[in-house]
Amino acid sequence: MKDNPFSLWVYLSQSPLLWLTVTLLVYATTDVVSLATRRHPLANPVLHAMWIIGAFLLATGTSYTTYFAGAQFVHFLLGPATVALAVPLYENRKRVVSSIVPMLVALVAGSATAVVSVVLLAELAGLPRDVVLSLAPKSVTAGVAMGISESLHADPSLTAVSVILTGIMGAIIVTPLMNRTGITDFRARGFAAGLAAHGIGTARAFQVDEIAGVFSGIAMSLNALVTSFLVPIAVTLLVR
Amino acid sequence: MLASLSLILLCQLIGEAVARGLGLPLPGPVLGLLLLLILLLARDRFVLFARGPLRNDGVETASKGLLAHLSLLFVPAGVGVVQKLDLLASHGIAIILVLALSVVVTLLVTVLIFRLVSRLLRQQDAQ
Repeated sequence: MKDNPFSLWVYLSQSPLLWLTVTLLVYATTDVVSLATRRHPLANPVLHAMWIIGAFLLATGTSYTTYFAGAQFVHFLLGPATVALAVPLYENRKRVVSSIVPMLVALVAGSATAVVSVVLLAELAGLPRDVVLSLAPKSVTAGVAMGISESLHADPSLTAVSVILTGIMGAIIVTPLMNRTGITDFRARGFAAGLAAHGIGTARAFQVDEIAGVFSGIAMSLNALVTSFLVPIAVTLLVR
Repeated sequence: MLASLSLILLCQLIGEAVARGLGLPLPGPVLGLLLLLILLLARDRFVLFARGPLRNDGVETASKGLLAHLSLLFVPAGVGVVQKLDLLASHGIAIILVLALSVVVTLLVTVLIFRLVSRLLRQQDAQ
């Protein structure tokens, strides 16, 4: 076995170690590139890590299940990272409490817009019913969205993909879009980023401004709550 | 560090247990977030809580470490796109356009409502 490089590959490609290392290594590289471009929106580290790893899996004929056996250790940390958002929230509690009213109004308006707009647009584009249902919860964080999708008997793995695509597009577009509107209030900008683009938007917001990051994290958590209630209602009313 | 990480996991665990146990329609980690926030606030009130990871910025440092690479954590789920290539080949452009338009509309509505309401409140205060 030692003199056969192929059997070594067969062994390594089945081990979690290889895919965990690949995930970290590729992300570390795309993150360095993102830093080198002074966090240019199009150098989004998640976007580039995603296609590079995806292409590598396709080229080596590795299944996603095999890849995930290694990458799950990173994926698992999404939960603890959500809990950890308590710390920036605690440290900025005075600013948060002082803007509680605009936050709650924007939460309800934004959350409803996210769900209604995607369902209407998807119906307009003539997408199949199960795709429409799978896209509906796309603005909330992956774990929650997949739960909602399951309860609608939609396709949770398509939901996960649409959640990530939404997050990446939101993270890319938020800074140029907000600069164009001329809004410099980083509470409002961050809140919009977290509401529309969950954790990827929040990661982007923290890169731009600490206060934006805090408000983004709050929006992401609150939106997870509101969307869980909203999607079933919107789907009953809007989907044929 | 170890105690701080344990505290974060414990908050999540309790959050999951409560959400599941009571059948609440909200995610366990979000309840965990609330629990950790309450602990941090309680620490400032009562000396009793100010020990272990809740002392000397223990849990603060661990949390910031986790959040420093928040976007990395989305990569494994994102790579899942390789499972959906056939669907993307047939409906990919429509799906991407729908998601892109929806995210732009959502960003604009949220940020404008936030600004509008905070401006109205400030005018009210001024009067």
